[in-house]
Parts: sequence; C-alpha cells; structure tokens
Amino acid sequence: MARVSRDSIKYILLIAVGMIMIYPFVWMCLASFKSNDEIFGSLNLLPSKISFAPFAKGWEGSGQYTYTNFFSNSFWLVIPTTLFTVLSSVVVSYAFARLKFHFKNAAFMLMIATLMLPNAVVIIPRYMIFNNLHWVDSYLPFIVPALLACNSFFIFMMVQFFRGLPKELDESAYIDGCNSFEILVKILAPLCKPAIISAFLFQFIWTWNDFFNSLIYINSVSKYTVTLGLRMSLDNESGVTPWNQVMAMSFMTIVPCVLLFFFAQKYFVEGIATTGLKG
Amino acid sequence: MKDDLRALLYLSPWVLGFLVFQFYPLIASLGYSFTNLNLMGTTRFIGFKNYITMFTRDPDFYQSLKVTAVYVLFSVPFKLIFALFVAVLLNMKIRGVNFFRTIYYIPSILGGSVAVSILWRILFAKDGIVNRAIAYLHIPAVDWLGSPNIAIYTLGLIIVWQFGSPMVLFLAGLKQIPSSFYEAALVDGASRPRMFFFITLPMLTPILFFNLIMQMISAFQEFTSAFVVTNGGPMKSTYLYGMKLYSEGFSHFNMGYASALSWVLFIIIFILTIVIFKTSNNWVYYEDGGNM
Repeated sequence: MARVSRDSIKYILLIAVGMIMIYPFVWMCLASFKSNDEIFGSLNLLPSKISFAPFAKGWEGSGQYTYTNFFSNSFWLVIPTTLFTVLSSVVVSYAFARLKFHFKNAAFMLMIATLMLPNAVVIIPRYMIFNNLHWVDSYLPFIVPALLACNSFFIFMMVQFFRGLPKELDESAYIDGCNSFEILVKILAPLCKPAIISAFLFQFIWTWNDFFNSLIYINSVSKYTVTLGLRMSLDNESGVTPWNQVMAMSFMTIVPCVLLFFFAQKYFVEGIATTGLKG
Repeated sequence: MKDDLRALLYLSPWVLGFLVFQFYPLIASLGYSFTNLNLMGTTRFIGFKNYITMFTRDPDFYQSLKVTAVYVLFSVPFKLIFALFVAVLLNMKIRGVNFFRTIYYIPSILGGSVAVSILWRILFAKDGIVNRAIAYLHIPAVDWLGSPNIAIYTLGLIIVWQFGSPMVLFLAGLKQIPSSFYEAALVDGASRPRMFFFITLPMLTPILFFNLIMQMISAFQEFTSAFVVTNGGPMKSTYLYGMKLYSEGFSHFNMGYASALSWVLFIIIFILTIVIFKTSNNWVYYEDGGNM
C-alpha cells in the first residue's frame, strides 16, 4: 500500500512539473487562434472559435517585409553558420583528439579556457573588426566565426566523442595506407554521426534563437531574421499591440526548433551528456 | 616537425579564430577601455577616466550591478536546486523517464528566444493568465512585471524554468553512483534523507561545481529577457548589466566606456570563478582524489 502511494506521489510530481514546462507553449499555440480580447479576457485554454486571421495578419510583418522574408533570411543566416560550425569543429577536434604535436596540452587548455570567456568582454572589439571590414548589416559576422571554429563548445564536444572511438581504427587504416585526412573522412567521420547531428542541432537552434548578435549586427529590415521581426512587431506605431498576431508569429518561429527537437531529441540529451556543458 | 605542421593544418581554423575573435578582442577591449572610442569622433587615450566615471558618476552602473547580483543570487541556486530535485525524481524507478526528460528539456531549447520572452510578458501581465489563475485560488493579484520589487524575480523564473541541461548532467551523475553505496547504507539502517545528504550529494559535487560555474557565467550576461520582457523597467529594477553594456556600446556607441564596463564584468566573473575553484577543495568530492 505504502509502495503504491509513494509511486503515485512521484508521478503526480513528475506530471505537475511537466505541466509547468509545457503549459506556456500550449497556451501560446492556442492563443494564436484567439481574438485579442479573448487572450486577456478569458481563462479558457481553448479558443471560443478558431480563427486563422492572426496568422494571416501577423505574417504580413511590417507590410513592406513579410515573415516570408524573415524566415528566408533566418535560413540564409542559420544554415551556413551551422554547417560551417560543424565542419570546422570536426576538423579541429580531430587534431586535438588524435594527432601528436608540440604544446598540445597548452593549446587544449587554452581552448577549454575560452569556454569560460564571457562573450561580453570580446563583443565590442569584434564589432569594431566587422565594422572596419564593412561586414555589419550582413550575415558574415555570424558565418566567418563559424568557419573559424569560434565556438569551443563544439570542439570540446567532438573531442570527447573522438576519444570514445578506439584508436585501433586509425592504426589499421594507417597500415592500409590511409593518410590522416582519409582516416578522418572515411573512417572516423561516419562513426561520429551522432555527435555531428548533436552539434548541428544545437548550433541550429542557438543561432535561430540568437537575439543579441542579430540585434547589433543586422540593421536593415530587409535583412531581419525572425527574432528581429518578432521584436519589431512589439513596437508598432498604433500603440496597440495585436497580441494574438504576435503570439501566432512567435509560435511560428519556434516551430522549426520544436520539430527538430522532437525528431532528434535523443541527440540533444546525448550531446549534453557527453560534453557536460551549457544550454 | 612534420607532425606539427600537419596538426597546424587541421588546427588552422581554430588558431586563426582564436587569435582574431577571442585573444585579440580580449586584449583590445582592455585597450579600448582607456580611450574615448566611439564611432563618431577621434579616439584619444584618456587613462582611467572611464573607470573613474563609472565608479563615481554613473548611478546606472551601480543599479545594474545591484540588479544583476540579485538576479544571479536568485536564479542560479534555484535553477540548480530545481534541476537536482527533478533529476533525483527521474532517477527513481519510473516508467516513461525518456518522455519526461524530453518534456523537461523543451524550455531549455526555446527559453532564450524572443518568442518565449514575449510569451512571458503576456503570461505575467497584470491582467495576464497567471494572475487570473491565482485569483481562482483566491490569491490576490501580483504585479509580476510592473512592481520594481518583484520584476527581477519574475525574470529569474524564466531562467529557473530552463533547468534542462543541468538536470541532464545531474541525471548522468546520479547514474554513475554505485548502487552498492546505497545497499551498504541500507544495511546500516540509514534513512533516505541521510542517504541523500551523505551519499548522493557528495558524489554529485563535481557536477554541481561545474554547473555552478557555467550557470553563473551565463546568468551574469543575461540580456534577451531583460530587454524584451521588461526593457530594464520598471524604474530600472531589471536593468541587468547586459542591458547597461548594450545601451552604452550599441545605442550610444560609447565603445570605450562599454569596454571598461565589460572588463569590470570580466574581472567580477573571473574573481568569482577563482573563488569557487579555490573553495572547491573543501566541498567538491572526487572519488579518484581529484587528480585530473
């Protein structure tokens, strides 16, 4: 008897916490179909009648630029950034995990130390660099650092994964006449697929949701990503914010991330668990 | 030698990235902090003037420090306690662990986004759903975002709500604790709370230590929620350090002054990290004696 009641307490707790976790998202989704009055006027979760008007009106964005622009901009920013991050991290981490070279420990410590370097302290000189290169108001401030493996989180994550692969694989490939690049591409990279997918997912979602960098580097509305589009919809001229439209568009912006998360959720948890970092 | 060249080839993206986007900016921002750098006029060396202004003539600086301290002291411990609590719950023999773990992780994936910040603004509005729900329970309405005494804690809740990644780490740590420890304790007649405080918690301290440092560093730099949910208000009660930095550096383009601000933050974070590292000898337990 005691056993049963203890179990049910556990489940009640688990479900209660689960509700707190997802209720806001469910509410957001359903609020997208409501009228503005209903959002603030009623406690009902379900809309009294389903209307797609908030989606249609919200999608128009600023009038001149719609969410079609913002979404395509987001993809143009996020996809190259994500691909380059994964590519550069795999190459660099391979050297840290497998190759012998002088000062390897020092370099590795340095790389780990940058994990703890607050972004705030490097952001102004970075801005000045991009400003001098006339890269501000383009996506290069996102893409170029990705190409140069500037997020050591992913290097560390891949190193940890490489270390879990048996060294005999490299050695036998080496005896078969593979050079180091062939070992990486033909032997190790295919085995790293789970880590590569984790890295891709994290970087995709972080870049997609990134706000601060978008805010400082992107100025023209024509280049706005979805996060900046959302922010813009909050301060509209009329002074009355159409919250149902804002909710509908907020919901739309999280859809790509939610889909990715549900289709690949085990990679997220594995990614976190192997590195033990961040998020 | 040949090995070194080959390794350098593979490392070259990182070496370049490190030098250009990490090492140089770190040094450059220190240099900038002694100048009046802005995007308009000429740049002059002005010595410690930025720092003197900050500490003697900038009430917003003290305000943002104070608010950020409250924010970090509130959000980080609560987030870690909550993460640990849920991890312990999930570590018990229950069905559907993966399901719950997935659900609990969602806010961590999406929580930092503008969309969620906007959602927070609506949920915690004075006539928002949270107040109407507690009115149902006959609790008087709370001005979650409008009261200068409360708003900062409401912002902290967003971060506490994103407890997913420390939770996953705690859970991984819990799985590492040998069950023989608990069996032995059971034989000795230890109660469950005793087992938690004398076995579970000590064994988890390395992970707690790690989570504490990473969460502290990120909490000090929080920006999006303060910017979108409250815009620093009411009465600058949520004017986090990140907002102060943004407004000096990228609204007023006082890059020199903002660099000085960023170095003060860096030094604060650095000192706290060192303090946590130093004290860790006393409270972090490594089974292998701590030789990494």
